[in-house]
Amino acid sequence: MKDPRDFERPIQEIEAQIENLALFGEDKSRDKEMAALRKKLEKLRREVFAKLTPWQTVQLARHPKRPYSLDYIQAMFTDWQELRGDRRFADDPAIVAGFARFRGRPVCVVGHQKGRDTKQKIYRNFGMPKPEGYRKALRIMKMAEKFRMPIFTFIDTPGAYPGMDAEERGQAEAIAVNLEAMARLRTPILITVTGEGGSGGALALGIGDRINMLQFSIYSVISPEGCAAILWKDAAQAETAASALKLTAQDLLRLGLIDRVIEEPLGGAHVDPAAVFQALEGVLAEELGELSGLEPEDLFERRYQKFRAMGAYLDAEQGEAAKAKGPAPKPA
Amino acid sequence: MWFRQKKKPEVPSGEERAVRVPEGLWTKCESCGQIMFSQTVAENGQVCPKCNYHFRISARERLEALFDEGAYEEFDSEVAPADPLEFKDSKRYADRIIQYQRQTGLKDAVINARGTMGGVPVIISAMEYAFMGGSMGSVVGEKITRAAEEALRRRAPLVVISCSGGARMQESVLSLMQMGKVAAALARLHEGRVPYISVMTDPTTGGVTASFAMLGDVNLAEPKALIGFAGPRVIEQTIRQTLPEGFQRSEFLLEKGMIDMVVHRSQMRATLVSLVQKFTGKTG
Repeated sequence: MKDPRDFERPIQEIEAQIENLALFGEDKSRDKEMAALRKKLEKLRREVFAKLTPWQTVQLARHPKRPYSLDYIQAMFTDWQELRGDRRFADDPAIVAGFARFRGRPVCVVGHQKGRDTKQKIYRNFGMPKPEGYRKALRIMKMAEKFRMPIFTFIDTPGAYPGMDAEERGQAEAIAVNLEAMARLRTPILITVTGEGGSGGALALGIGDRINMLQFSIYSVISPEGCAAILWKDAAQAETAASALKLTAQDLLRLGLIDRVIEEPLGGAHVDPAAVFQALEGVLAEELGELSGLEPEDLFERRYQKFRAMGAYLDAEQGEAAKAKGPAPKPA
Repeated sequence: MWFRQKKKPEVPSGEERAVRVPEGLWTKCESCGQIMFSQTVAENGQVCPKCNYHFRISARERLEALFDEGAYEEFDSEVAPADPLEFKDSKRYADRIIQYQRQTGLKDAVINARGTMGGVPVIISAMEYAFMGGSMGSVVGEKITRAAEEALRRRAPLVVISCSGGARMQESVLSLMQMGKVAAALARLHEGRVPYISVMTDPTTGGVTASFAMLGDVNLAEPKALIGFAGPRVIEQTIRQTLPEGFQRSEFLLEKGMIDMVVHRSQMRATLVSLVQKFTGKTG
């Protein structure tokens, strides 16, 4: 199988050339060459990103340089205090949770956390939480409700950890309980999918009042590789599966499952993280403003109606296609 | 010609093979290999009299076995799948839907029913494994949500009988969101103090386990049912070793504290009747 990140290679080559030139310092002729290269880079980026395939979007969502939850927390919040442990079994470093200030206001922040280098990746279990991670998240989110703080969650996980220990301690129960409990929390919950929205392991931090996705993040019921292995009996068909699964932010917006797509710089969030932090902070501040005016019971009811409307099916009693969001369903 | 080999008979794929419809005079137990009169097995609630193996049964058989006099009124039977993503793998999802609808006589993988149990009005949603492995798409999510809403309206206990491999890939993220939708409906049921009993049967895995199946006030399971989040093959790939015998089976979950009781099929109705009567304050 060819390297799925091949599409980035020509861009990286020009970037390397620019870096090399820059090492030689200032010089008129070099400046000219540099400017030409920069122009070429822009053009190439625009071309590549104009026709980005779903599979390429998956690669960007998983990009090793992509900002992770703690990066967002550092950039958009102040006075961050991480709290640890589920008070039952252990602390799970694949999820970070705690309190901070957002534009001065005390808030709760919860997010999946991946590691940057090998050691960190292992420590964070590649961002795949175990039951104790979900239970920690819930413990801290309940505290947020108690002290009347809004909750921000950041979603970026390949999925909940599929291991023996996780199963033994009730992975399914931990996720299920979070889904229900988040539906009940009487405090605003703002969700941002920043990277990989991997199935139930992502959704377990994903029930709330506003759901945003970064432009090159994904949200899916199964990984393209897993889907290909099951439905095509061939993991190499992941590219085909990625298209079929309709997992991009644009797809989810079209299906009526999310509220907003946050644009990323050409090349992805890692090219200019500061721009992404700024854009996202603006959106979240606006949305928090909207939600803060609502009575807790209103919030509860609206959140229910939001999820209640998700799905596409036919219902004879209401006339065909009555209930489908997004693309009109074809008659069966 | 003698050297021309006959074509091998086609091996049925997992989905088709998994559902057993005992039709002949004789039935061979899939667990202990015992050959018995089909009649004997049927009279024992489709449970092997020798080794207690629970054969997989249909949603209709379950409803008939659970409600008083086997009588119930079906509702929301017209809700049907729509192929919103125009999904196609080796086959079009739209074609699969039609094929399973013909095979099962159902629109999708769950039946909603109203009836009484021990005199108590009860709502039951029973999942049908024969319809695409009982997978949860928009229809299953919507119908279980409606069942929960109906239960809340009538203040009637809700029983969901799970039998499912999890989310339906052909509806991708729409099917994922059904987990959230049903969980939110159960949140209201719980706040309304209407009892919800989850019955897990073989198999209950993936997004079904990680949403409504694990959210019962009481969680019951049939003996030796496979119950888990990740499937055994996925776990084996992750840890690169074979799972121990009995891992992710009902008895294992009971030991780990995830379910309340393992209930033999012959005792299921009596157990549920006793629970709903207690929860609703009716005399038993």
